[in-house]
Amino acid sequence: MPKPKVAFYWNASCGGCEEAVVDLNEKILDVVAAVDIVFWPVALDFKRKDVEAMPDGSIAVSFINGAIRLSEQQEMTEMLRRKSGLVVAFGSCAHLGGIPGLANFTTKEKIFQRAYQLSPSTMNSEGTYPIELYQSDGHDLTLPRFFDQVLPLDRIIDVDYYLPGCPPPVDLIVAAVMAILKGELPPKGAVLSPNKALCESCERNAAKPEKLAIKEIKRVHQTELDAEKCFLEQGIVCLGPATRSGCGERCISANMPCRGCFGPTDQVKDQGAKFLSSFASLLDTNDETEIQKLVDTIVDPAGTFYRFSAPVSYLRHSK
Amino acid sequence: MFDKNFEPKIVGFLCRWCSYQGADLAGTSRLEYPPNLTPIRVMCSGRVDPSFVMRAFAQGADGVMIFGCHPGDCHYQEGNYKALRRYTMLKKMLKQFGIEEGRFRLEWVSAAEGERFARVVAKATEEIRELGPLNWSKVREAQYA
Ligand code: SF4
Ligand code: SF4
Ligand code: FES
Repeated sequence: MPKPKVAFYWNASCGGCEEAVVDLNEKILDVVAAVDIVFWPVALDFKRKDVEAMPDGSIAVSFINGAIRLSEQQEMTEMLRRKSGLVVAFGSCAHLGGIPGLANFTTKEKIFQRAYQLSPSTMNSEGTYPIELYQSDGHDLTLPRFFDQVLPLDRIIDVDYYLPGCPPPVDLIVAAVMAILKGELPPKGAVLSPNKALCESCERNAAKPEKLAIKEIKRVHQTELDAEKCFLEQGIVCLGPATRSGCGERCISANMPCRGCFGPTDQVKDQGAKFLSSFASLLDTNDETEIQKLVDTIVDPAGTFYRFSAPVSYLRHSK
Repeated sequence: MFDKNFEPKIVGFLCRWCSYQGADLAGTSRLEYPPNLTPIRVMCSGRVDPSFVMRAFAQGADGVMIFGCHPGDCHYQEGNYKALRRYTMLKKMLKQFGIEEGRFRLEWVSAAEGERFARVVAKATEEIRELGPLNWSKVREAQYA
């Protein structure tokens, strides 16, 4: 029996998800022994035309990481969807928009200005900006279109499964690959990680006081962090209550609060609003001015509560 | 471009113990106020999850109002204080989404304050009318296809 064909692709991402695949270390040999990798731009020399030449549905599964920001990413993703039996949105950016999704709080114009004009290392006295089409001597030079917002994978194509995390942890990747190979798949659309809140699996939860009362909101770089107490008890924003479990509490064990990279549980659509709801209610004052003072200490609530998930929130982007 | 003919759609979450009765009183007293508010009855202002507010805006509301019992009067003791804390934080966050402050409001209205209810709804309607349509589903959606 021929080995099932597998593809990896990346869109708007940092490369960390590719790193996570390499982090499989010796386990990658089991994966490679069981499958035939037919496309993986970061590691193998296959080209777009190689994928174009494959029959529809001939790839067993494509793991696609990164969010969608460019028309080229949309085209590649749509093509891989046609060629694949299953598509897995791999990592926070494909799943939720991820860190690139924070750009939804600004505009395309401002991003271009910053990148091509204002950044201190840029000299651009003529104000040259990238354009989609440039014609010279009868030749057309084209660049992909830069969309006005960052999109998660499932706004562009039908997604079968989601592997959460920034990046997804090795054990979840191996479990997902094995489940696919054995055909032991959960219902379509499932996020391949336990459907419960991170706090439920967090070691610091047991000693957490029954009623949390936040008198002061602190920031990690200005605080001596206790290595055992719940972060919320210390007045540190920790997205554990609004985040899906399954990462093995990676940040918590490094004495850092959760930033929410696994996204919400199945019951919640809007992770940031949910977190805001629980966090604000913990503020230990009923006085309007005091409440305002505490709120003022959170410099960037949208970026903090939606660090990974703005593009899948109800509002998706700013105006 | 202020269009005085624009009729804003406002979603109101009304606590059943106080503001909802206040709204009823405004009705039975035949007070006149603009019809732009769609009332949704909730058990307490503390029941209003910020995601209700986000969803209302996402689905086409030009404004959202939360109505609760006056401080100290909540039937569940703390509910309206929770509402106040969430409101203060959410208002700041909505600004980052580009949603103007005037579109999101919290008002205390007791069961006896039919007149106050009519007044705050009229004021909100006028201010939101001046801000113009929000039309969230049209924001940034035309640029990719
Ligand atoms: S809030 Fe953070 S530190 Fe506290 S129990 Fe939850 S995950 Fe652990
Ligand atoms: S603790 Fe939170 S931010 Fe850190 S890896 Fe886990 S889910 Fe992601
Ligand atoms: S019962 Fe009215 S605000 Fe809580």
